[in-house]
Amino acid sequence: MNKVSMTVNGRTVSADVEGRTLLSSLLRDDLHLTGTHVGCDTSQCGACVVHVDGKAVKACTMLAAEADGADVKTIEGMANADGSLGVIQQAFRDYHGLQCGFCTPGMVMSAAALLEENPKPSEAEVRDYLEGNICRCTGYHNIVKAILAASGQQVEAVAAE
Amino acid sequence: MYNFDFVSPGSVADAVSALQAEEAQALGGGQTLLPTMKQRLAQPSTLVSLSGLSEMLGVSSDGGVMTIGGATTHATVAAEAGAYPALAGLASHIGDPAVRNRGTLGGSLANNDPAACYPSAVLGSGATVVTNAREIAADDYFQGMFTTALEEGEIITAVKFPIPEKGNYQKFLQPASRFALVGVFVAKYADGVRVAVTGASEDGVHRWSEAEAALSANFSAAALDGLSVSADGMITDLHGTDAYRAHLVKVMTGRAVAAAA
Ligand SMILES: Cc1cc2nc3c(=O)[nH]c(=O)nc-3n(C[C@H](O)[C@H](O)[C@H](O)COP(=O)(O)OP(=O)(O)OC[C@H]3O[C@@H](n4cnc5c(N)ncnc54)[C@H](O)[C@@H]3O)c2cc1C
Ligand code: FES
Ligand code: FES
Repeated sequence: MNKVSMTVNGRTVSADVEGRTLLSSLLRDDLHLTGTHVGCDTSQCGACVVHVDGKAVKACTMLAAEADGADVKTIEGMANADGSLGVIQQAFRDYHGLQCGFCTPGMVMSAAALLEENPKPSEAEVRDYLEGNICRCTGYHNIVKAILAASGQQVEAVAAE
Repeated sequence: MYNFDFVSPGSVADAVSALQAEEAQALGGGQTLLPTMKQRLAQPSTLVSLSGLSEMLGVSSDGGVMTIGGATTHATVAAEAGAYPALAGLASHIGDPAVRNRGTLGGSLANNDPAACYPSAVLGSGATVVTNAREIAADDYFQGMFTTALEEGEIITAVKFPIPEKGNYQKFLQPASRFALVGVFVAKYADGVRVAVTGASEDGVHRWSEAEAALSANFSAAALDGLSVSADGMITDLHGTDAYRAHLVKVMTGRAVAAAA
């Protein structure tokens, strides 16, 4: 067993984890933060994306023990302090950026990492950044629109690909 | 995945001794090893994490040579290897952003996947792989797919890349995996051109010597016109035949020469 402690959405947590415990398992099974979804568990789909020390990572492909001492942020940390939806979340709602919603936590976390690095991305940059986030429902157009809107840009011109 | 002990050493020396344990294995970014362990294709009893070792992190250039620590992530290389644009460009197109935030140069080279990107940059640059024990020339390091000159428990601490006058990497994407269906790295040095091909051959990354000779005489895509690549020994799988890959080698080499900067 490894003793780990980290901050998750600003709260300090500690746990005893096995070597093999994935960060996604720690979040979901021990901390009951089930907003982080596990779509594939094979590092392909991006539904499990969270931020570790400000960087987007696949929580299914990182050991909980590797996050010892880290600052972790999940979809549960994306709402405003008063519980209302954060800017990116609200944009996904306004632009119909989700259907079943399974991919959405990963999409929102990837979008947040993108806008942190590149506050006014082009449409091509948004699509490029979402390369590792797979959505089976929307066809991506409305997700791209939502992210452009969340960045404060005009979205009318998003081309069908 | 089967359980294992996780250890996080404080120095390369501690990591080397931790790796002496029975069935211990190094953990870089885990972007290859963890999926492999989930499939139970690898079952180490101890994982020795290298990601926190400051001795193995960072990008620096001095006297025309860029040195990159073995635990440096693809994202860091993409952001900080600006003095070697072809290499930064290659790193910026490995997998997706989340993979690039964890995956490391040392992990990619130790794994030597026949479709991985970095092996072509290391071979194409005639780089030197530095381990805890020795320095290995790229031409001696790669020994066929998933096979390298590394000994059991040996750690890649850094790689030294001579910076070329011009270079470029062109990757024909296999869209499902985001690895290279075929990738070609071209680098032009004062004493000649090197061309390294990944994704194509059953022997893994390799140099294309006819193209090197032609491009050393005339560094232009037209210099490749008379050359052809044999399909013998090329990979055939559901994504493409051996003949298709052989064809792509020449096409991607031409594109890399045309784009070289
Ligand atoms: C969705 C996805 C897409 C990808 N796309 C690409 C792509 O387009 N191109 C590409 O090249 N790669 C791609 N990869 C692979 C990725 O680049 C991996 O990060 C890389 O191959 C392995 O690096 P790692 O640091 O994650 O190593 P790990 O997975 O931690 O380790 C891999 C192997 O290397 C050993 N090892 C690790 N570090 C060292 C070291 N410093 N010294 C000695 N041995 C070490 C380990 O013991 C293990 O055997 C992709 C991966 C995923 C999940
Ligand atoms: S669940 Fe992690 S990438 Fe799909
Ligand atoms: S909304 Fe259903 S998978 Fe994206």
